Amino acid sequence: MTVAEEGLRVESLSTGYRARPVFQAFRLPHLSAGEVHALIGPNAAGKSTLLRALAGLLPATGAVSLGAHELLGMELAERARHVTYMPQSLPQGIALTVLETVIGALLASRVQAVPVAGNEAVERAAATLQRIGIAHLALESLDRLSGGQRQLVSLAQALVREPRLLLLDEPISALDLQYQLRVMQLVRQLAREQRVTVLIVLHDLQVAAQWSDRVIVLSQGALAAFGTPAEAITPEMLAQVYNVRARVERDSTGRLQIGVDGLLEESPAASLDSVEPMRRDSGLRA
Amino acid sequence: MQASLVTAYRRLLVRRAAIVAVLAVVCIAALMIDVMTGPSALRPLEVLRGLWEPQHLTGPQAAIIWQVRLPWALMALLVGAALSLAGAEMQTILNNPLASPFTLGVSSAASFGAALALVLGTSLPGVPADWLLPLNAFLFAFGSVLLLQAMSQLRGGGPETVVLFGIALVFAFNAAVAFVQFVSSQEALQQLVFWSMGSLSRTTWPNVGVLSGVLLIVVPFSLRAARRLTALRLGEDRARSFGVDVARLRFFSLLRVSLLAATCVAFVGTIGFIGLVGPHIARLLLGEDHRFLLPASVLTGAAIMSFASAASKTLVPGALLPVGVVTAIVGVPVFLALIFRRRERLS
Repeated sequence: MTVAEEGLRVESLSTGYRARPVFQAFRLPHLSAGEVHALIGPNAAGKSTLLRALAGLLPATGAVSLGAHELLGMELAERARHVTYMPQSLPQGIALTVLETVIGALLASRVQAVPVAGNEAVERAAATLQRIGIAHLALESLDRLSGGQRQLVSLAQALVREPRLLLLDEPISALDLQYQLRVMQLVRQLAREQRVTVLIVLHDLQVAAQWSDRVIVLSQGALAAFGTPAEAITPEMLAQVYNVRARVERDSTGRLQIGVDGLLEESPAASLDSVEPMRRDSGLRA
Repeated sequence: MQASLVTAYRRLLVRRAAIVAVLAVVCIAALMIDVMTGPSALRPLEVLRGLWEPQHLTGPQAAIIWQVRLPWALMALLVGAALSLAGAEMQTILNNPLASPFTLGVSSAASFGAALALVLGTSLPGVPADWLLPLNAFLFAFGSVLLLQAMSQLRGGGPETVVLFGIALVFAFNAAVAFVQFVSSQEALQQLVFWSMGSLSRTTWPNVGVLSGVLLIVVPFSLRAARRLTALRLGEDRARSFGVDVARLRFFSLLRVSLLAATCVAFVGTIGFIGLVGPHIARLLLGEDHRFLLPASVLTGAAIMSFASAASKTLVPGALLPVGVVTAIVGVPVFLALIFRRRERLS
């Protein structure tokens, strides 16, 4: 497979919920393998819907390919060998140790042609916990962990399957600063070293600006902006999509600094009406 | 660190396997105790000896041991195993700790089927008369779950939908049973009430054979689904993203549950408590790795039911209580003890 063929191509994607289509013939520029793509946008813009459709959790039609594989219409078990989705909701507290849940995620279906042997599964799970920095929690029961710790476990469950396409729905929303940094570093490192295509929903634009290679801005099921952080995150975009007055400046180190000064005058309250109906396991949107 | 984690995990597996083995021993002991207790004047050791060397028994002794004690005890064991396994799967696929085979109206439907058989007394062509009641109860119980499946498929099939439809079925069938009771004769009513209490007294060897057959067919499929059921405990979206077809898993799991529960209800009537608490005891002892949880549930259910069966023969001297009445009396103390022990460990 040549490098040009790697990555995710969303040529056309139509998906949504029973009575409410969210995306219709949605198209994205090519997302390269080895890069981190931040998916940002206001509440109910369709960020989670897009990830869920790509993961095969929502019925979708169109043409979406990962490398040489056509994703839509692929069986769930087959797709799960290439794609892993980390939901936004935290895992419920259950009577299993952290290590067991990570092994469980790895063994739920085959991740490769040859089944993972018992010993190898344990080693892979332990290595994943170590990379994330939670090996010390390995033998704790999930029902005794804090929200942030559970979020890290959820990340470990997704990473242990070593997907080609990694879909992360707000993976750092419950984390303290140190772990936010660790997770973003790890995600970028994974993308670079293993040529994983990463699509990550973030609410914190500062984090998105600092850690992503490309930023995808969604607004009401449509692509509002795409490009490097500096290209996509502009005062104009923030005004148009988020309805806020903001400045975007480069500091002395060359980093983007986003300062929000206030709401724009005519606040379209409509955005509240269109908030996605809460799904069973998605919990509250941050 | 990594190597030590692998060792720690191995140790965890060994510990769990050991707990399952201990449960198996408890189960066999419970079965022995159940066989050895009874109202007749046989001494416990005579009974054991009679099992190994039947040729030494007198005619009446042989009849008591081989036609009553043993089939009843085996039936108790099998019913406990089946209901507890059904409950364990049910609690997982519905993500609801209060689910049991009877939450979804299986027993109500079976009662309705039994009531019809008792009251109408008609026999289906080709069915021996004494199989009519269990067959009718089974058909209604199994049919109710198929109906439930069909309805929730139409609606998308999430766990809440299944539970809500189940509750609707419980009330519908209970109303139907009440109606039949209202119009039925005194004698039929008495039989129906007795049937609904749950009793081993109608057990025959063919019944035992049928239920063992059902278990032998269902258990391997359950165990094959163990990994997927464990993954489902991580959350439905996660499980699906890890390649588990949750709708399919739920469908076949409910099918297994209904087969187990319907067969039990058909032979022994309503025995509520086991399907709820058997799996909880297994979970408290072993956690939720279904490779261990499912076999352990089979064993806890079988053991509780065997002890309950023994208790039903001894609690009131000279009387044989319906075993359905006794299961809770035996199981609740064990259950409470485990909950309190766990609380202490957590705090």
